[in-house]
Amino acid sequence: MFAYIVRRAVIGVALLIVMSLVTFILFFSGAFDPARNACGKVCSPAQIEQTSKALGYDKPILTQWGSFLAGIVVGRDYPLDKKVREENPDLVTHCAAPCLGYSMVNTDTVNNVLKSAIPISVSIALVAFVFWIIGGLLFGIIAAMTKGSFLDRGIVGLSLIFYAFPTFVVGSLLLRFVAIKWQIFALPVYVPLTQSPGLWFTNLILPAVTLALFYMAAYARMSRAFIIEASTEDYVRTAKAKGVKKVPLMFKHTLRAALTPLVTMAGLDLAILLGGAIITEDVFGFHGLGLLAVTSNSRQDLPTIVGIVLLLSTFVIIANIVVDILYAYIDPRVRLD
Amino acid sequence: MSTEQSRSYLTVRDLVVHFPTSDGVVKATDGLSYEVSRGKTLGIVGESGSGKSVSSSAILGLHRGTNAQVSGEILLDGVDLLTISDEEMRRKRGKDVAMIFQDPLSAMHPYYSVGNQIAEAYRVHNNVSRRAARARAIEMLDRVGIPQPSRRVDDYPHQFSGGMRQRAMIAMSLINDPGLLIADEPTTALDVTVQAQILDLLQDLQREFNSAIIIITHDLGVVAEMADDVLVMYGGRAVEYGPTAEILVRPEMPYTWGLLSSVPDVTGDVDAKLIPIPGNPPSLLHPPSGCAFHPRCTHRDKVPGNLCFTEMPELLPVADGRNHTKRCHLANPDEVYAVEVLPAIAPDLAEEQR
Repeated sequence: MFAYIVRRAVIGVALLIVMSLVTFILFFSGAFDPARNACGKVCSPAQIEQTSKALGYDKPILTQWGSFLAGIVVGRDYPLDKKVREENPDLVTHCAAPCLGYSMVNTDTVNNVLKSAIPISVSIALVAFVFWIIGGLLFGIIAAMTKGSFLDRGIVGLSLIFYAFPTFVVGSLLLRFVAIKWQIFALPVYVPLTQSPGLWFTNLILPAVTLALFYMAAYARMSRAFIIEASTEDYVRTAKAKGVKKVPLMFKHTLRAALTPLVTMAGLDLAILLGGAIITEDVFGFHGLGLLAVTSNSRQDLPTIVGIVLLLSTFVIIANIVVDILYAYIDPRVRLD
Repeated sequence: MSTEQSRSYLTVRDLVVHFPTSDGVVKATDGLSYEVSRGKTLGIVGESGSGKSVSSSAILGLHRGTNAQVSGEILLDGVDLLTISDEEMRRKRGKDVAMIFQDPLSAMHPYYSVGNQIAEAYRVHNNVSRRAARARAIEMLDRVGIPQPSRRVDDYPHQFSGGMRQRAMIAMSLINDPGLLIADEPTTALDVTVQAQILDLLQDLQREFNSAIIIITHDLGVVAEMADDVLVMYGGRAVEYGPTAEILVRPEMPYTWGLLSSVPDVTGDVDAKLIPIPGNPPSLLHPPSGCAFHPRCTHRDKVPGNLCFTEMPELLPVADGRNHTKRCHLANPDEVYAVEVLPAIAPDLAEEQR
């Protein structure tokens, strides 16, 4: 088990290194000059050259990549040129390991830029995840147990509606009515968990619900389908033939089998959401990773984009490992070695 | 059918199981009647889709909650299982009537240990602690011949061999000492050597628990080994019914002849022919007119007036009043069998009788 995790982690790190090279090449050998871009709209050629030196854009691409990787391990000091640092000691910015680069657009290290966005995205994703798993499973089970009934048709129909509706419509409607017109909730503003857990949660309800409704609809339909499929399994018939009651039959025998594919999907969906929910963040004005990715893209803030890509990849890789471990825990036939 | 037992434990009368579909009604079982006494075994024989499994699932009430239409009478120890409530039926499942399924790998839950599943069968019907149920499960595993049962009880089904899994299934079904055990092709998925062991085990346990057994199979060898009575099913109906010795020695229905002709006999005459039944099992949605077997029957022209095509034969006692019923229009089945069928499938046997 431990050896398995170590091996998967090593593969994951190798994957991340490859990912970093690919994104690095994609961005830094693009059509435009990153130094000019980082410098700003009105820059003299001398200023551009200075920026290029400060950020290391004057070096060959592989050298840049190498020092980027080194920075992740040991950290970096900006400006990168040693002479410039010695001449202007008050300009020096230290970027501690794991250093993901320096964003000239934000005049801050990428780490600091991400640091303010990560908790927002993670909070929305986690609260939404709890909502959608509980709601999705609950409605899926109810629909499967009453298959073909009015209730089942209602759940399936409603989930289709919520699945089809764009997130920005649902979000805007919730904001317009629940928050503004009926004032059930205050206008959501992100409050850090460390500041006030209560406010953190109440402010997250609307964005999380917006996000959760879409996933809840998908998961209700999927869990319904998986449960109905599992209930035709021979071993469920065996349990029924033993005289097992209806509720344990559903939860102990049927649901356990239906859960396996759901765990995989839930893990990966959560990982992707941790990297930001662009539309939801935009509707509610939460400056999380999704919104950051969009603004960095439009401002051509290349270092920040590289940082976000690597962070998201890390989430997905970790989620994959966690899902595989959970799999082995759920299904005794799966062995991790 | 066994006359020495005064009252049969299970009596099925005129059982009908129909499945309405958008294309019409699938008549999986129609007008089926039979009985089994405690300590006796009934073999139900037929091809796939002849309705043998469907009719047995009806005894366990497994069609409840589906759109199946079930009617007739299923008297288990005097109680009609078709009239009791769902909860009463649930209480009988696994306690008064238990079932063993064909493929023990798919019939056992892959995520729970064998012991857990056996103990569950006990705890459903007995208010005992987990430990007591586990001890009982180990006891049953030991009884069905699993070596080192206290260690194997925590294994998962995939860690058992096919034969051991079927033994575990038997342990699970017998843990509550049911009066009736339905074994649905219990040896089909197993090696021949293991098949024989499982059949031996079932017979041993039957003597010990004095239960009635219904064994569903397409293997006449299993019937010859196990059954006291045989019910041959075709197209959802009984076509021949009687004591095993009688049916296997003096069959009177061409479908039964066909089944016998399809069984290879390793010790038999090398001149013996293996004659398969031509054609396919009938559609239960649009059954053939007249006798359901007539499209595949090689003897239908011996019946005058195209009766086989137009009229379904009744299930009637055979001519000389033996304890044996058949559904066939043939006037002289014994003669046809002796002259045409037996010489082809068992020349040595035909020689003896001559």
